[in-house]
Amino acid sequence: MGRFILGRLAATLPVMGVVAVIVFLLLRLAPGDPAAILAGDAATPEQIAAIRARLGLDQPMLEQFATWIWRLVHGDLGTSIISNQPVGRLILDRIEPTLALATSTILFAVLVAVPLGVLAAWRHGTWVDRAVMGLSVAGFSVPVFVLGYLLIFGFSMQLRWLPVQGYVSIADGLWPFLSRLILPTLTLSVIYIALIARTTRSSVLEVLGEDYIRTARAKGVTEARVLRRHALRNAAIPVISVIGLGIALLISGVVVTESVFNLPGLGRLTVDAVLARDYPVIQGVILLFSALYVLVNLSIDLSYLLFDPRIRY
Amino acid sequence: MGKVVGKSVGSGWPATLGLLAALAGTAPALAQGKPVTIRAVMHSGLRITDPIITTAYIARNHGYMIYDTLFATDAAFKVQPQMVQDYSVSDDTLTYSFTLREGLKFHDGAPVKSEDCIASIQRWGKRDGMGQKLMEYTASLDVVDDRTFKLVLKRPYGLVLASLGKPSANVPFIMPKRIAETPADRNVPEEIGSGPFKFVKGEFQPGLKVVYEKNADYVPRKEAPSWLAGAKTVKVDRVEWINITDYQTAVNALINGEIDYVEQPPHDFLPILKGASGINLVNFNTLGMSGMLRMNWLNPPFDNAKVRQAVLLAVNQQDYLDAQIGDPDYMVPCLALFICKTPNATEAGAPKPDLAKAKQLLKEGGYDGKPVVIMQPTDLAISASLGPVTAQALRKIGMTVDLQAMDWQTLVGRRAKQDPVSQGGWNIFHTFWVNADLLNPVNNVGVNGRGKAGGWFGWAEDAEIEALRNAYALETDPAKQVDIARQTQERAYTIGMYFPTGQFTQPAAASAKLSGILEAPAPVFWNVEKK
Repeated sequence: MGRFILGRLAATLPVMGVVAVIVFLLLRLAPGDPAAILAGDAATPEQIAAIRARLGLDQPMLEQFATWIWRLVHGDLGTSIISNQPVGRLILDRIEPTLALATSTILFAVLVAVPLGVLAAWRHGTWVDRAVMGLSVAGFSVPVFVLGYLLIFGFSMQLRWLPVQGYVSIADGLWPFLSRLILPTLTLSVIYIALIARTTRSSVLEVLGEDYIRTARAKGVTEARVLRRHALRNAAIPVISVIGLGIALLISGVVVTESVFNLPGLGRLTVDAVLARDYPVIQGVILLFSALYVLVNLSIDLSYLLFDPRIRY
Repeated sequence: MGKVVGKSVGSGWPATLGLLAALAGTAPALAQGKPVTIRAVMHSGLRITDPIITTAYIARNHGYMIYDTLFATDAAFKVQPQMVQDYSVSDDTLTYSFTLREGLKFHDGAPVKSEDCIASIQRWGKRDGMGQKLMEYTASLDVVDDRTFKLVLKRPYGLVLASLGKPSANVPFIMPKRIAETPADRNVPEEIGSGPFKFVKGEFQPGLKVVYEKNADYVPRKEAPSWLAGAKTVKVDRVEWINITDYQTAVNALINGEIDYVEQPPHDFLPILKGASGINLVNFNTLGMSGMLRMNWLNPPFDNAKVRQAVLLAVNQQDYLDAQIGDPDYMVPCLALFICKTPNATEAGAPKPDLAKAKQLLKEGGYDGKPVVIMQPTDLAISASLGPVTAQALRKIGMTVDLQAMDWQTLVGRRAKQDPVSQGGWNIFHTFWVNADLLNPVNNVGVNGRGKAGGWFGWAEDAEIEALRNAYALETDPAKQVDIARQTQERAYTIGMYFPTGQFTQPAAASAKLSGILEAPAPVFWNVEKK
């Protein structure tokens, strides 16, 4: 297994290399000019050209790419064109809110969705099943920002239980941290609850029709134990795959949520950088995201070992 | 009971609960020790902290927080001394002598000296249009002593004080010499000024949050505050600029009491804010803002004056204001290029909509039916609606229009291209300005006629208008300046330099806890109290 992990980790390098080339090329081919943005509204073309030259944006693309890669292999993600801050520092400053939101969302989604999916499968064809599936369709359908605004209206504006926006680090107090995370977590987790509950239901439903489930019931095993030990464990692989996919999708999902709830995370950093054509920041964040994708996939593959003894690496 | 009274406040259940609450971060801070903080949502996040290298308004606003100016413009459009105690002008009007107020100090504790002022003026003079013009006519800037310096002109120049007291971007802010010696196209390495607030570097998060603390060493002038002049008395301990990009969230946070101020709530939100308790709408910038329709003189069909004139006769200012603002309370129909209710206001030469004449001019101009590319920034609410209004007006006179939707930053990059449309160029774009940037022929970039040699986007080129702008700059008699401004406007309309799509005001929304918000062409936080 060690060789498998090392191999997979080594495989991240060419993946990230390809990502780096694509991101670099796409950004340079996209319209927009950071020098014009920096210069401001009243700038003349001469002033813009001078800034472009200072930033090295007038150099051949290959030369710009070589400079960036050279710095990258030396651990330097570069400096923001707009704010003049090191990209590494900008990412570090913003990673905590995104990690907090992503972790709370996926935990909450799994804790709610898996029991709901199992319940729907167990009560297949009843009103419980239909209610869970109906809610999951609604969960898929409601846009994140609509749900976010509705929750803000209810819990913040009307009941005044929770703040509208912002982020407070856990180091500054547990309740301030949690109070600002509850609504974004609820908002973002709904779609994942829907996705995971549907997958769990269909997977468990399939397993419940297997002979060994009938055998277990015939042996007098309690229904709860049948569901937990025999059905859910055997239905776990597709569910885990979907959870893994959900974690990867979360990276894009946080963008809207962070905007609606004014969370200063990586999602907002990415959007701001894209709007400002801040090339080094966009490149740094996307490289980080691609590395996270690879690592999440690797973790999911490894977690299969826990649930299916037939799998060997 | 007696036991309770006699009990130490630091023991028992209340104290324990208080301690737990404090550990959980919910205990209200003692009013006595809690800094009075204004939390404000500005129109944009601060990323570039140098107000000289960019004309971005957020950088200008940041500049007013931490820097001071030699002169400042008051509500009567008069330039008043600010850091300057006294100044004199020689009889031949060639030498200006400035003496600084006593006790001026930078935030690092160093005194403000003449050499700092000279270095700051020189750096600003490399970037700003009015600054460049001033430097063009400046023979020398000389230190007399630590508090006095001289500006010697090559010839009499009418805009010396107006330039040094320029209210909007780029403002000649005064920095320490060592910082002002930074090349004029590079961000300053430190944010140190002598203004009423200090920049808190440790809490700065580019694009997210800026924190300012009261500068306890600042000595305000004795005169009452008026616009950007007079006393800059700080009445709070801290000001935090929090960038909330979603305006619905910002408005909700304001109503919920989480923030105190929203600088530019979109006009769509004003009815909600008007009805919200504890919120005041404050029209701090009564001078307002203006929209601008700009044509590209380098590309057909707008390389032809008759076609440009046709456009000016086809469009109607009220249509733009209806689409852009909607609420008559905030619209100011005005065709004065140098802004209504200001010394240079006039409607001389302004076009009146005339579709028949527009069609005739279009025909005379030889328009061949090729599509006109209008760049429409869909992500910038205040400008997004202008493109479709122009498109409709042009279609009415028989022009073919290619309305291209894009984000504002794509537009900003593309408008700098002087290429033909087929190679990524353009024909028309719209933008908007704070009116303080348009008050005279020298600082209004829309009437810059230098073409490709230093002109503004669209590259209008006209020797006559340049002569008028020079005459305005050199004229020292204000009455004659007004007349030159009128002639400049007439010429600008005749040759179709740009069309003003209308003036409008943009109130800020503020918590009722705030008082003393000053009227000024830029949002300032001195004089503001928080209950």
